[in-house]
Amino acid sequence: MSGGVDSAVAAARAVDAGHDVVGVHLALSRMPGTLRTGSRGCCTIEDSMDAQRAATKLGIPYYVWDFSERFRADVVDDFIAEYQAGRTPNPCMRCNERIKFDALMEKALALGFDAVCTGHYATIITNDAGQRELHRASAWAKDQSYVLGVLTSHQLAHVMFPLGETPSKADVRAEAETRGLSVAQKPDSHDICFIPDGDTRGWLEERLGAHDGPIVDTAGNDLGTHAGAAGFTVGQRKGLDIKIPSADGRPRFVLAVRPATNTVVVGPRESLDLAEIAGNVFSWCGDEPADLAHGIAVHVQIRAHADPVPATARLATGATGETEIVVCPDSPLNSVSPGQTAVLYADTRVLGQFTIARTVAVPLSVPALVE
Amino acid sequence: MSTYLDHAASTPVRDVARVAYVDALRNCGNPSSVHRDGQAARAIVEDARERVARHFDADPVEVIFTSGGTESVNLGIAGLFRARHRAKGRRRRVIVPEAEHHATLDTVTALAHEGADIEWIAVDADGLIDTVAWQRAFHDTPESIACATALAANNEVGTVQPWRELCLVARDAGVPFHLDGVAALGHVPLALRPASAVSLSGHKIGAVPGVGVLLVDRGISPEAIIHGGGQQRGLRSGTMDAPAAASFAAALDELERERDAEVARIRLLSESLWAQILQAVPQAVPRGSRTSRLEHNLNFTFPGCQSDSLLFLLDEQGISVSTGSACQAGVAQPSHVLMAMGLSEDDSSSALRITLGHTTSQTDVDALVAALPRAYELALVAGRTA
Repeated sequence: MSGGVDSAVAAARAVDAGHDVVGVHLALSRMPGTLRTGSRGCCTIEDSMDAQRAATKLGIPYYVWDFSERFRADVVDDFIAEYQAGRTPNPCMRCNERIKFDALMEKALALGFDAVCTGHYATIITNDAGQRELHRASAWAKDQSYVLGVLTSHQLAHVMFPLGETPSKADVRAEAETRGLSVAQKPDSHDICFIPDGDTRGWLEERLGAHDGPIVDTAGNDLGTHAGAAGFTVGQRKGLDIKIPSADGRPRFVLAVRPATNTVVVGPRESLDLAEIAGNVFSWCGDEPADLAHGIAVHVQIRAHADPVPATARLATGATGETEIVVCPDSPLNSVSPGQTAVLYADTRVLGQFTIARTVAVPLSVPALVE
Repeated sequence: MSTYLDHAASTPVRDVARVAYVDALRNCGNPSSVHRDGQAARAIVEDARERVARHFDADPVEVIFTSGGTESVNLGIAGLFRARHRAKGRRRRVIVPEAEHHATLDTVTALAHEGADIEWIAVDADGLIDTVAWQRAFHDTPESIACATALAANNEVGTVQPWRELCLVARDAGVPFHLDGVAALGHVPLALRPASAVSLSGHKIGAVPGVGVLLVDRGISPEAIIHGGGQQRGLRSGTMDAPAAASFAAALDELERERDAEVARIRLLSESLWAQILQAVPQAVPRGSRTSRLEHNLNFTFPGCQSDSLLFLLDEQGISVSTGSACQAGVAQPSHVLMAMGLSEDDSSSALRITLGHTTSQTDVDALVAALPRAYELALVAGRTA
């Protein structure tokens, strides 16, 4: 129970369904701020008190479990290391993968619990073969199945998402109001919880340091200087501050971030178009789909709120002999950064996910980006 | 039915204390008002003050009612330090054992920002204050010491300190000594002298929560930390809480009257519990002194377990115990007391403190012994997932 409205209502529904429910709040920071600031951040003392009040209202016991060290190592340090390596990580997925549905779940199972119930908007469906499948929430606008794409069969067997069938967030708030939960109108949390002011770039610079470096085009021409490569994301247009206009006068976008040389590569929007994405770190949300060797039709989604794109996914042997998933979208994907997670869907069902390790651009008439 | 074995955190309010409190609530006056209603309220406070004083060989004027143990400790330590630091001599040194309560640790840490030099005195593996190091601290330039403080008994591991001896060392060196008697009250005899100030808490002895006492020797004047109307010798401003004072005195009277018999009764229960725990979970390691300890306190570490798992699993069975250490935002921290005693951070995060009290019966002890083995097994598995 984060102290927000979703987990409070999820807990309430679990209680109504007759389960023996215990509220657990995750302490993810050793030095929690005392109070919330705006709609950002979480796990402040104030959030913990909100969660406790909700638990009291529901008549369930409430505890705070400390995963601050695991969170620092598996999520925060990973986040920094990924940016340092020029990739764009998704810390919410990392938290689901390593904390909520791993550290927390394993501890809970060991202590005798059957399942972890959260306020995520996603649906669990048991198929004809008796296997549990993860599906999108019925309200696509709130669907959070993307950030749950990391769940495995074992984890799916021990999760409950009571909000999956809810038509809208407004319904959840109204239900909270009816139930007398004081968090009914609490603002949604946004952005990255451990960067409460929302300034990801400033936060990274504090930790990684910022050194001036070159901004170059795909041909290697020096176009200007940036104040630190970390924090730039592929597809980014703002904040480049290039003084030399492009030959055709059109805006330029970040095509690649190369931390080793502290270089940011920019180019035209078309250079962001990708014909293929691939990665060798993947997991299946249930059994591995059949016929992957030959390629199967899927939808691929590369961000929490991106539209799914029709694509073909297949398993292949990568350059160094490891198995990788290769996805070719029917129409080019745009603005994809290494490190992002691609989640594969079959209609509403989540099949699995992989971390994008390499991309292949759509061939251009202009010189191609050389990695 | 719930089994309450966390009396050191807070013990159920005694009937006499509740009755005294509720009766005093009927009075409408402010104890500082001149009229007869005020005088009636004042009479309640002064009656309580006199009764409290009697138990510590103190004069009524030496009893200062506060909001609780933490305020008493703050006033005792910060008050003594500031008075002595601002006086001629600008004394800076503060002598403090390592395994004190956070009320003390955080107070002296704050005083360090005002110019205090904190000298930490080690404790041994049993949590006993190193008396040789204590003596050494007072040996050289005792005139530079602003004050000294120590627990009479440790609140986490139950080790009873040689507090009279510590106190005499300070007195002989001419240094005012604050005794934190919060955990010891009701278990070992306490007196104001030879200390200069003694902190006490109401809810640990069955008075209502929100009342404490600082005994302050009439010969010394700590600086006030709360400013206002100058009530209570100017040491503790704020409207005096007559019902709370009455409740404190009532609880203390009953506790002192029954103490010898009660200590003997609890000792029998806790010694049997000690043996049964070791039999039920042979891996458990008792902590704190075996011989010099509060009779109602048991502290064990459970290697490989995390305190919060054990606490949860016992709570599930209706048994309330404690990790003993401080919580921050609901998260148990590794015990600084156990770490001061030389334990690793892991071991210091595996402790359970079990404290008996005036409502504890054999049934409670049996319930814990019955529930502990399974809780230990599950917590051990959960510990491996960490």
